[in-house]
Amino acid sequence: MTENAPLLEMKGIRKDFFGNQVLTDIHLSLKEGEVLGLVGENGAGKSTLMKILFGMNVIAETGGYDGDILLNGEKVRFGSPFDALAAGIGMVHQEFSLIPGFTATENILLNREPRHKAGVVSQIFGERLETLDRKKMQDQAASAIQRMGIRIDPDMVISDMPIGHKQFTEIARELSKDQLRLLILDEPTAVLTEKEAEALLASIRGMAASGIAVIFITHRLQEILDVCDRVLVMRDGYAVQDVPAARTSIPEITKWMVGRSVDTSASARADEQLETGRVIMSISRLWVDMAGETVRDVSLDVYEGEILGIGGLAGQGKLGIPNGVMGLYEAGGSVTFDEKPIPLNQPRSCLDASIAFVSEDRRGVGLLLDESLEWNIAFPPMQIQNKFLKSYLGGLIKWRDEAAIREVTSRYVDSLQIRCTGTRQKAKELSGGNQQKVCLAKAFALEPRFLFVSEPTRGIDVGAKELVLNALKRFNREHGVTVVMISSELEELRQICDRIAIVSGGRIAGILPATRSSEEFGMLMVSQVK
Amino acid sequence: MSENVWTSKSLSDRLRGAVASFGLPRLIIAGFLLLLFIMAPFVGVNFFTQITNTLNRFSWNAVMVLAMVPMVHSGCGLNFGLPLGIVSGLLGATMSIEFGFTGAMSFVMAIVLATPFAVVLGLGYGWLLNRIKGGEMMIATYVGFSAVAFMCILWLLLPFKSPNMVWGLAGKGLRTTISLEGYYDKVLANFLQVRIGDLVIPGGTILFFALLAFAMWAFLHTKTGTAMTAVGSNPTFARASGINIDKIRILSVVMSTWLAAVGILVYQQGFGFVQLYMAPFYMALPAVSAILIGGATVNKASITNVVIGTFLFQGIVTMTPTVMNSMIHMDMSEVIRIIVSNGMILYALTRKSEAIR
Ligand SMILES: Nc1ncnc2c1ncn2[C@@H]1O[C@H](COP(=O)(O)OP(=O)(O)OP(=O)(O)O)[C@@H](O)[C@H]1O
Ligand SMILES: [Mg+2]
Repeated sequence: MTENAPLLEMKGIRKDFFGNQVLTDIHLSLKEGEVLGLVGENGAGKSTLMKILFGMNVIAETGGYDGDILLNGEKVRFGSPFDALAAGIGMVHQEFSLIPGFTATENILLNREPRHKAGVVSQIFGERLETLDRKKMQDQAASAIQRMGIRIDPDMVISDMPIGHKQFTEIARELSKDQLRLLILDEPTAVLTEKEAEALLASIRGMAASGIAVIFITHRLQEILDVCDRVLVMRDGYAVQDVPAARTSIPEITKWMVGRSVDTSASARADEQLETGRVIMSISRLWVDMAGETVRDVSLDVYEGEILGIGGLAGQGKLGIPNGVMGLYEAGGSVTFDEKPIPLNQPRSCLDASIAFVSEDRRGVGLLLDESLEWNIAFPPMQIQNKFLKSYLGGLIKWRDEAAIREVTSRYVDSLQIRCTGTRQKAKELSGGNQQKVCLAKAFALEPRFLFVSEPTRGIDVGAKELVLNALKRFNREHGVTVVMISSELEELRQICDRIAIVSGGRIAGILPATRSSEEFGMLMVSQVK
Repeated sequence: MSENVWTSKSLSDRLRGAVASFGLPRLIIAGFLLLLFIMAPFVGVNFFTQITNTLNRFSWNAVMVLAMVPMVHSGCGLNFGLPLGIVSGLLGATMSIEFGFTGAMSFVMAIVLATPFAVVLGLGYGWLLNRIKGGEMMIATYVGFSAVAFMCILWLLLPFKSPNMVWGLAGKGLRTTISLEGYYDKVLANFLQVRIGDLVIPGGTILFFALLAFAMWAFLHTKTGTAMTAVGSNPTFARASGINIDKIRILSVVMSTWLAAVGILVYQQGFGFVQLYMAPFYMALPAVSAILIGGATVNKASITNVVIGTFLFQGIVTMTPTVMNSMIHMDMSEVIRIIVSNGMILYALTRKSEAIR
């Protein structure tokens, strides 16, 4: 082992996906206990760089990479994540890597479970047959969750969890590792509210103090300034800046990221008098059985043409509302739209009434990962509204109109600036933020009268966030679409909403105009927490 | 902004990419088949007769392989329950003969009579598969076994009378093999037959398959076909887009069962016999492995996969016995067939499936 060598060095890293160059000559070095912020636009190559470092299989399957990785001055080349783990590297993935059928505890301690003292069976057949010490597992998992400063149910099965809880489970899994030397966090705060993110930032600081190096990817630049020692800015696969965090600012970072200035000052809307017109959707006594986001009793009126925000802490039920109304989770109560009752538990009834939904769970619900962008965007309008079809034999045969599909897809690729190699690229090959844009395009293509958007800017970079929020605003103003936006980011809600409802304990804690102070919203958020 | 930088790649890199996209097992099997074709003339086997045999067997089997496509698309996996459809086809065949149809008409009527059985059995089978989402292929295998076992009893008990079909002495109970002479033996094969020297192409049979394959291709380009693919690709996405998943899955099972019924009739007209009792039992595995050799996975399959796979699989099955036997004077054909078909299925099932959610 070389003395004084940095903990991690990456030298001249290059990577292409079948000719599409996504990383060019990246250099990076990291000392023990140092926190490095990694920022860049959607598709800049951040996740790819981290996947290379962590030895993920996709990299080898797509032709490997060029360049060297050195740990403590020694060259390493991880063949799989197991090698990386053994070397003391942990990673929290942007798209979670948890086992769906296992509980939080089991996932957190997977492969590192405390075992009972060897019994007869395991002495004969080896340690693979030792029995697990369930009691000790519970304790260890609980303490890892505790350390994160957030409450989740250790016994809940992953597949029942809302995305926020999956994120916490992933983080807790990494935090509970003793031999950890380097932790990679790929957008861990994307689905967290500010308060929850703060708790996480505090635990990052704690880790750094104990000598663990951290690479932290986020699109919330304030977090970078709050917790990082250094910032590495990436653009189009190049590392364009590497500076101490103390010597830079948000506008400067933004400029390096996108190559132009972006106005990020979250200006709350001017208090224009709302003509609280006609009620277009009336929800009454809604309950939704969505594990981890249970809605107990929600009554809510939405006015035609407004943008209504729904905020609240993770797990309080804000995500349950759209999922219940849209029929994706079992729900009860009554919902009327345009004075007609909407039967619950049937996704089709909402869609036929011209209500669309952008789900927060983009990989599970939002995308056909194995299909092209064209299919992803055109599929719902095709099935629900018979768009993009050519009719033959008096409507007996409805043939896919490939030209129209390509046309609409490239229109949205342009207007939302989706970064792809073409409209035929598979959705799974896009970066996280660009996948999110595809989900939005899919809903826009339905041209609905009413739109639920759940965490619309999850994982979207600062520049594109403006774009997405403006697109929503334009949609609302120009086409008269009523928008209900659910988000963990209060500032974002205040930026474009007319009114904001805060959900707490599965109920509406209060509805305020967006111009009220954040303290008032903060009070509501914790008012009925269960 | 993000132009594609197509860096120039070395030839070996490109070759490796081609191998990866074509699939190593498929490459090995194609290579083996090519070797057999090259060796044929040297060991004194007539090359054109071999091609003719391969084409014949291709034309008999292709429809049954095509039957795999709809269920793979809808996410029900490989149809190991193929015998259920085959049994429907057999019912159609025996009833058509019993009712006294002959010649080409008996073939048409066999399809017509098989259809209601295929539809009803398919509906029930689809309903069953909808109860056990995730374990489809296991239950499908079980359904296939049960269908064959159950029909073994029925073949004996059903009141068939035609002297061409029942046991001569007893005067009742169907025979294990029934000759199709005078019925639809080679009706498709002899229609539009092309002869070039020793090479004989069963034009009618291939055309019949081509029509069905075209219909399937066209179906997959319609609104419902698109929904079927989406259901297989991500059922939650499809449900959130207002698709009735269960209905689409049942439709795919009915289509697959009907194609299997037609498939066995096409096979019989080429082979010249109706085989009852345990015969349907042995039909599913070759069809499954053929489509896998063609490059399909558990959740993606195309018409091209069907054509390439059937050709490669049947090519191996026909070529190995003749070529190998003339070379080493030992019957290796059965061994090779078993290794190829089972090996392929094992390979496909253990391979990481494309869509992991
Ligand atoms: N498996 C893949 N196949 C082909 N291209 C890929 C694949 N994975 C990523 N890419 C491409 O690599 C580029 C970089 O993607 P990456 O996921 O690293 O971006 P990112 O910086 O993490 O963006 P985001 O902020 O949106 O998460 C993108 O253009 C993406 O389309
Ligand atoms: Mg990323």
